[in-house]
Amino acid sequence: MVHARRGSIGRYYDVNGWLFVAPVLGLIGLFMIYPIVWSLWMSFQSGRGMMMKFAGFANIVRLWNDPVFIKALTNTMTYFVVQVPIMIVLALILASILNNPRIFGRGLFRTAIFLPCVTSLVAYSVLFKGMFAPDGVVNSTLAALGVISSPIPWLTHPFWAKVLVIIAITWRWTGYNMIFYLAALQNIDRSIYEVARIDGVPAWARFTHITIPLLKPVILFTTVISTIGTLQLFDEVYNLTEGRGGPSNATLTLSLYIYNLTFRFMPNFGYAATVSYVIVVLVALLAFFQFFAARERDK
Amino acid sequence: MTNGIGRAAGALLTYGFLGLMAFLSVFPFFWMILGATNSSIDIIKGRVLPGAALATNVSTFFTQVNAPLVFWNSAKIAILSTVLTLAVSSLAGYGFEIFRSHHRERLYRAMLLTLMIPFAALMIPLFIMMGKAGLINTHIAVVLPTIASAFVVFYFRQCTKAFPSELRDAAKVDGLKEWQIFLFIYVPVMRSTYAAAFIIVFMTAWNNYLWPLIVLQSNETKTITLVISSLASAYYPDYGVVMVGTVLATLPTLAVFFFMQRQFVQGMLGSVK
Repeated sequence: MVHARRGSIGRYYDVNGWLFVAPVLGLIGLFMIYPIVWSLWMSFQSGRGMMMKFAGFANIVRLWNDPVFIKALTNTMTYFVVQVPIMIVLALILASILNNPRIFGRGLFRTAIFLPCVTSLVAYSVLFKGMFAPDGVVNSTLAALGVISSPIPWLTHPFWAKVLVIIAITWRWTGYNMIFYLAALQNIDRSIYEVARIDGVPAWARFTHITIPLLKPVILFTTVISTIGTLQLFDEVYNLTEGRGGPSNATLTLSLYIYNLTFRFMPNFGYAATVSYVIVVLVALLAFFQFFAARERDK
Repeated sequence: MTNGIGRAAGALLTYGFLGLMAFLSVFPFFWMILGATNSSIDIIKGRVLPGAALATNVSTFFTQVNAPLVFWNSAKIAILSTVLTLAVSSLAGYGFEIFRSHHRERLYRAMLLTLMIPFAALMIPLFIMMGKAGLINTHIAVVLPTIASAFVVFYFRQCTKAFPSELRDAAKVDGLKEWQIFLFIYVPVMRSTYAAAFIIVFMTAWNNYLWPLIVLQSNETKTITLVISSLASAYYPDYGVVMVGTVLATLPTLAVFFFMQRQFVQGMLGSVK
């Protein structure tokens, strides 16, 4: 009925709309939807290489008893819980400072802080590996400043290797998030801040009571994007810690474990697919919680 | 009085913080360039002064790596991937705006949901698909899965909202077909949107690592990121040579960024509006 009333003009737009949208939908269907469904099917199969047979929930049972998987999951969640908040807060503070037109040289600061986003994940991982070498520039600087008495084993100690990964991702992505906040801040009327300033609202309160609430949709967006990024962490750990996941798997991530299961160990596509679905489920759950939390605070 | 001192302290704190952050952001680049001029041993020992090994490092790099081929491979993949992504995504971004079907928003939201699909969950099926199609070790296999990007479609749709509908209506009165409006009016008008999308997609494609690592197995097809990674993971990596490689690999994206910085920031603004 609705179609009949809209007549030929409606259909004209429909046909054109479909034609314009079809290439993307086709490609997404072929290279995303089809593989993700296939991956789900594979996660119920087991076997070496291409010789797979249905195994029911055997792979899921194996997850529970796989210490390497538990390690990779714990590491990934540690990166997520520690790194994402640090980065988001840092990016917010930087953006709100650099949004102030009275700040001298803000274009220069903005460019400098954004610069890390230009590098490839591989190139900066390699750089960081050199900078954080035992006698490297970071340790020698810290020693010269009197912060440490003996070099920190960044690359070989389970704890410090994790810290290094967190430092590295924060370096690479803070400026990226900052640009989103800056863009959003420029759509906010500056007079709100002026009024608050004249009323004697201190800078910190302006930040927590004006900036953060107004930026909430963008903060949510960047948090979800960062969550997805952290859960997929691969390039950095692969290149910082010799491809195996660091000292006693201390930096191993889920993505790296999947890669190892598929291409380094005896290929087991079924089990690797099961691990990959852990990431799918985590991303979905965390994104859902983040949307939910954002909605709750609205009320 | 106290207010003045407080303000001065605040300014000091603000600029100190900004300065420190800017320094920390830029220092690795500085160190990378210095590294290219130093010997491997000096780099590991944390030397932060220019050295005399630049010529040696460069010549070792060019003897160890078939640089023209490697750069050609990277450039081919990045440009092909960028052009195709922009074409397909801008069509869809425009399409979703002129689309009047009641399925539109549902379809759009379903498409955005694919943003949450992690690549790790796709890589095994994609690898098998490419194997069956006989595309392992080809650049097409690297490019194909990167073309459909929900994020870039989202970006184009957001920016299309600013495209004046009067322009479209006028063109329609003149008897232009939808594809003609797209090609001859939309594309030229949305130049800056394309420029910003170009930067983002080009950088992603140029820097892509995991998927090329899986698909490109022979030395003839490898990209610069793969080569740097393998140079650095040698048992005794020659860091001077690695630094030459990272400088060369970073230059194109740095150049694109500085050349198109204004469009980039404008583009980001457009996507948040």
